[in-house]
Amino acid sequence: MIVKTLCAGSGGQGVLTLGNVLGNAAMLQGFHATYLPAYGAAMRGGTANCTITIADEEIASPVASAPDIVVALNQPSAFAFINRLVSGGKLIYNSSIVEEVPERHDVEAFAVPANDLAVELGNARSANMIMLGAFAKLAGVPSREAVFSSLKLLMGRKKAVFEAGCRAVDKGMEYLS
Amino acid sequence: MDKVFISGNHCIAEAAIRAGCRCYFGYPITPQNELGEYMAAHMRRAGGVFLQSESETAAINMVIGAASVGTRVMTSSSSPGVSLKQEGLSFLAGFEFPAVIVNMMRGGPGLGNIAPAQGDYFQSTRGGGHGDYRTPVLAPASVQELADLTVKAFALADAYRTPVMLVGDGMMGQMKEPVTFPEPIDPETLPAKPWALKGRGDGPSRYQASLILDGLEMERHNWKLVRKYKVLAEQETMYESYMMDDAEFVVVAYGTTARIAKGAIKRARKDGLKVGLIRPITLFPFPDKVLRELARSIRHFLVFEMSTGQMVEDVRLALENCGVEINFHGRPGGVIPTPVEFSRVIHRYYRRM
Repeated sequence: MIVKTLCAGSGGQGVLTLGNVLGNAAMLQGFHATYLPAYGAAMRGGTANCTITIADEEIASPVASAPDIVVALNQPSAFAFINRLVSGGKLIYNSSIVEEVPERHDVEAFAVPANDLAVELGNARSANMIMLGAFAKLAGVPSREAVFSSLKLLMGRKKAVFEAGCRAVDKGMEYLS
Repeated sequence: MDKVFISGNHCIAEAAIRAGCRCYFGYPITPQNELGEYMAAHMRRAGGVFLQSESETAAINMVIGAASVGTRVMTSSSSPGVSLKQEGLSFLAGFEFPAVIVNMMRGGPGLGNIAPAQGDYFQSTRGGGHGDYRTPVLAPASVQELADLTVKAFALADAYRTPVMLVGDGMMGQMKEPVTFPEPIDPETLPAKPWALKGRGDGPSRYQASLILDGLEMERHNWKLVRKYKVLAEQETMYESYMMDDAEFVVVAYGTTARIAKGAIKRARKDGLKVGLIRPITLFPFPDKVLRELARSIRHFLVFEMSTGQMVEDVRLALENCGVEINFHGRPGGVIPTPVEFSRVIHRYYRRM
């Protein structure tokens, strides 16, 4: 099993946090994992993306020529990265702000109104964790427990943030079930 | 110890502290700033010194100072900053002082950009400063290996009394992977360095100088260095063989490029191509013996680099008069090649076999 995922959005949406929580969760579940951020002159509102690979064998290349899943948190990401998807791949997009998804007949697209769901939960900034929940549901990895352990590891010192994260992940998982 | 999901830059810093490094001097430059950041946060707790110097030149001279008293010491930078350190590297080699110098290479020449690149191969392996010296160069290809080779770099530096380089790039530095760290080493338990300038005590007085005016002495010193590099080549050469068992076609690549090449080889293997990889882990000493042995049965070699062709010269030197075909495909700094691109290149040369 090998799943290559590209998460993209604008700086400040928590795309890199999403990737980091995902990578840690995969490791905690016993998988091989790589997290490769696109780095550079980053700023709030600029673009941000990272590639996460989860596998049950040694990961040859952390670079994804053609990812299996693209998680797009904003409109430019959906435009930019849908073409990179492998044939048969999946696009999960934040339908609260992505208004248009370019047509591609050989991939599946899943709309998750992450911003709206986050507001419903009372924490507008947890849209990234809702997308993570949706991803985990769709990909089948990592498990809900592993994602929670990862959140605990990374955010456990701030109980409120940790709990809000868990609720958001559950919300995302429920939305795609 | 449990695994930690950690970035390459942080990993080097943590591994260095665990290896007993107690002085770090550096000046910020992307893509290795997180290394200094980690040192700033953790070195003091380990009882060591973190100092952000006023320049790269100052940092490498502080390294000379700390090394002269026998402290395990590290500096890190990226290509343009490492160029500034070359004078100090030459002095470290001349003094025979152990130190670890990290170069997270970026696109160049000049200030270039911050994208991954391997354009400093010549500078690293040929002794980038003046004078007749070489520097052992370690080139990790995973975050776990960054940890292991950082520890190894300090051991080699002490054992051979030489500066050792650890080279990576932005991808190695920024990427996160699970890492198991080695147990920390207490610097007090390391073998004594009788040459270190720690005060005379009850022993004879001693001094260190890189100025050797006497002609015969200079020559003797240089031959001594040469013998040291020869022993290094005999005992410390490292490489990885990947899918080589039935290979009829060999890819040679190191660091980040080797990771991408592995992805490409996996793809090519699915198409039935008998391709394997030799990944030099030490760039100096270069694993030339294994390449020569392979050349007895394999005729086709392909070198991948993120440069316009530097390591390929070492491959050509290693395979001189072997009558094999050596091809090269390089992408200079700025763009990270993809496994798809490399696998196309493998297919192209493989078909011609």
